[in-house]
Amino acid sequence: MNTLTQTNIKKDFPVFLKHPDLVYLDTGASALTPQPVVDAITRYYTDFPVNIHRGMYDLSQQATEHYDAARRTVAQFLNASFEETIFTSGTTHGLNLAAHLLENTVQKGDVIVLTRMEHHANLIPWQRLAKKRGAVLRFIELKDYAVDMDSARGVIDERTKIVAVTMMSNVLGTKVPVREIAALARHVGAVVVVDAAQGVVHEPVDVQALDCDILALSGHKLYGPCGIGVLYAKKALLEAAEPFFTGGDMIRHVTYEDASWADLPNKFEAGTQHISGAIGLAAAIDYIRGIGWDFIQTHEAELTKYAIDQLRELVTLVGTCDTHTQGGVVSFLIDGTHPHDVGDILAGQGIAVRVGHHCAMPLMRYLNITGTVRASFGVYSTKEDVDALIRGIRHVKEVLHV
Amino acid sequence: MSDELYRDMILELYRNPLNKGVLPDYDAKYQDFSTSCGDDVTVYMKWGSDGRIEFISHDGIGCAISQAAVSLVTDAVKGKTKEEILAMKDTDAITLLGIPISHTRHACATLGLFTLQKAVQSVKDSAEI
Repeated sequence: MNTLTQTNIKKDFPVFLKHPDLVYLDTGASALTPQPVVDAITRYYTDFPVNIHRGMYDLSQQATEHYDAARRTVAQFLNASFEETIFTSGTTHGLNLAAHLLENTVQKGDVIVLTRMEHHANLIPWQRLAKKRGAVLRFIELKDYAVDMDSARGVIDERTKIVAVTMMSNVLGTKVPVREIAALARHVGAVVVVDAAQGVVHEPVDVQALDCDILALSGHKLYGPCGIGVLYAKKALLEAAEPFFTGGDMIRHVTYEDASWADLPNKFEAGTQHISGAIGLAAAIDYIRGIGWDFIQTHEAELTKYAIDQLRELVTLVGTCDTHTQGGVVSFLIDGTHPHDVGDILAGQGIAVRVGHHCAMPLMRYLNITGTVRASFGVYSTKEDVDALIRGIRHVKEVLHV
Repeated sequence: MSDELYRDMILELYRNPLNKGVLPDYDAKYQDFSTSCGDDVTVYMKWGSDGRIEFISHDGIGCAISQAAVSLVTDAVKGKTKEEILAMKDTDAITLLGIPISHTRHACATLGLFTLQKAVQSVKDSAEI
């Protein structure tokens, strides 16, 4: 299968109608939105744009049915149950909720294990929890930009209560062997939390097969809308914990003095939810199913390999440079330049990349760099996009005299 | 077109920034970070007996725009009083650069000036305690 010149997929993405020359290499920040997702959101706002639950009228019932159907689609996508699938505003919300769910599992002197390449969203909630409970953070080291499993075996020990890891680094593209790490965590009875924000776009996620307790993802990285995400958590954890937000729609019975909570998943969905977002996310999942994982994974590996091969001569690559361990994210540096200047000059040529620390400041320090330029790919990305990037980099070098 | 940003003067200041380094003897030192890109700058200031800036330096890491801007701003405030420095506006830093600054590069162009002002303010605040 030659997936590299698959330009017909671009037709599914309306942004390319408005901006036909756009070279979009920032899917790692937000994937573009395909027409079926736009249509699903529009249909909510045109056909049944009302609040869910307890509206006895037909439109409210339609909205509720679509919202529930969206949750079923997401649950099936993750191989989770309906009640274990909580809608959030995104991965950041999900991981903060995860830290809340696990607060009582950590005591003074306990250990929380992360990798060195976590996004701030999967670092700061655990920093705060550790400070609050007197626990200690430990980090699985990297070796040549990949996870060092010897280090993982060293830091995950009997005192470890939580192991929270990304599926795929948003900076390096490094894929994390979550299943192997989860097995180490299981061995010592630790809870496994997965930040799937990047990973879920690149491979099918099955929470049962991964053997994780909690997993968070964002809709906008999965070709869905902004402001919607999902937290999967095992029923026992969700039942044991107090709600994070309280208010409307999450209660069973309320008096002036007290309140009891609704059943799952509503217990964790206080207030009016992002109904159109949930419906749009389900449409995005249907879209991904239509494209198929075979295509997505082959295309990503081929394009990443092509990009690495082309870039190698021109720039300093920051990653494993092996598509077995590196997904569709390629970070690089141009000697004698700052990523901000590179990104700005590329932007002037219509090339969209992301520059800076990518919400992973400690990783930058760990790698002894200030930031990177990052190109990241989606289903619509083509060889021509990479070729444009290569031309763009040559131009950057001319402008900056390096 | 962003290429206009990278005039020879900007690139020259990026490669060879003015007033770069650590001032061993200073009255004010302040470190700040750009929240948009994580660049950091530390400024050092020493006032003369007339209350005007006598020595000034900056250290840290930044893009061409921020390095050029902090070079020019540190030069421009030499001989100024605390009040004169605090009265400066973001547009002053951009005028010194003499290039069009987009919304996304505003933080780069102003990091140096704003850090200088925070340094001055910190000295004023501690004097009032």
